[in-house]
Amino acid sequence: MRSKYDVLVIGGGPAGALAAKTAAEKGLSVCLIEKRPAIGAPVRCAEGIGKEALAEFIDPDPRWISAEMSGAGIVAPDGFEMTLASSMAGGKVGYILDRKVFDRELVWRAADAGADVYVKTRASAPIIHDGRLKGAQLECCGNVSKVMADVIIAADGVESKFGKWYGIDTTVPIREIMSSVQYVMTDIDINPHATIFYLGNEVAPEGYLWVFPKGKRAANVGIGISGRKSGKGHRAKDYLDRFVKQKFPHGKTIECIVGGVSVCRPLECTAADNLMFVGDAARVVDPLTGGGIYNAMFTGKLAAEVAADCIAKGDLSKKALMTYDREWRTSKMGRSIERNYHIKEYMIKLSDEQLNAIIHSVSALDLTELSTLTLIKELLKANPKLLLELGALAASIR
Amino acid sequence: MIPSSVCKVSVKINETGLLHISRMLNVHRDICGYCGCCVSVCPEGALELIDAYLSVEENCTSCGICAKVCPLGALEVVHEK
Repeated sequence: MRSKYDVLVIGGGPAGALAAKTAAEKGLSVCLIEKRPAIGAPVRCAEGIGKEALAEFIDPDPRWISAEMSGAGIVAPDGFEMTLASSMAGGKVGYILDRKVFDRELVWRAADAGADVYVKTRASAPIIHDGRLKGAQLECCGNVSKVMADVIIAADGVESKFGKWYGIDTTVPIREIMSSVQYVMTDIDINPHATIFYLGNEVAPEGYLWVFPKGKRAANVGIGISGRKSGKGHRAKDYLDRFVKQKFPHGKTIECIVGGVSVCRPLECTAADNLMFVGDAARVVDPLTGGGIYNAMFTGKLAAEVAADCIAKGDLSKKALMTYDREWRTSKMGRSIERNYHIKEYMIKLSDEQLNAIIHSVSALDLTELSTLTLIKELLKANPKLLLELGALAASIR
Repeated sequence: MIPSSVCKVSVKINETGLLHISRMLNVHRDICGYCGCCVSVCPEGALELIDAYLSVEENCTSCGICAKVCPLGALEVVHEK
């Protein structure tokens, strides 16, 4: 490990990998560190991503695609299932990845591009000289070292600490953390090409329960509930166990995954002097779906591009790096987060009866495109009263 | 069963100026899935996930937010008299 790099990337998930790969491709010296002993494990993800979204970053490869999706189903609290089939959606719409292999591939590509990669290595403190972030103290197997960097990209995930150490509050509000558990189950009866979402305050309060196929008879069966709805006797695991017992009593669980997914607004500011936040650490998870893979890759890549520009210009002040913050906020991704935040805030206030009514009314619509935006637009057409309740949101998507 | 480890003692000074131990955060390490959900909500930044080990730092106030959100119920605030 060198003692000085142009860019230090903290975290080897999709955000960190894309940041490291992009920066290395720009000719910068890059060091990526991952605190875990292996890239990609443990998985903290339901592993779904849209086909077009993925294609922006990498060509699909069967080595890390578990299943292809051609549709989706939404199950209302009353048990009614609304299906969004492939005929509507125009063929394959998305994939369920195998993140253990996918993440490894992304980091492999970063390494191939020239980035140094160190696993079982964690950042334990920022190095600050004259009030300016200069690098990070790293710990690996009992050895403490210091690495200087012009730019640090914090891709340290939902449990991000680097910002806090630097004095930036990244705390997720309790009501906006999705307390989550997922079982990788096999030997279960499922539709192997459709993602199914179960809604309702009895099933998954202020969240949802998902069945994302991983094969013909295998799936990620998971749940996220709001942190404020979680507590002794009614935790995410309690809800999931109840569902599994009833729905897949003979299924076999081959992996148990836990995690937290933030559904808050992104950090107020994702750039500081010599520092940028990307992916889950920037809290750029889609607040409605909880999906974060695309947003992580998008922000990781963009941060590295801005870092390269700013290094070339010799200005790594917050003011210069704010280009990154502005660009992702005004991007399609940034606008989608803002819009979906409003929708999420609306959805979590609905009673089961209201949810039933909405899902029944949407199922009667003739949808030509499978997207959240189409769903909402059609929903507004069918329920003009919603316009009043969703004022700001409605205006933003017309 | 692996013994749970008591990670933090919260010390408070009451009205009479006497020091007393009020609450502490207990990490049941056999239950913890080392996922970091608790770390993200800790208002004090007192929790840290070091690979597969949840570390509780000195500034923990035993507020219990982490215990509430834990997907598995691995954290517990123990009240002492």
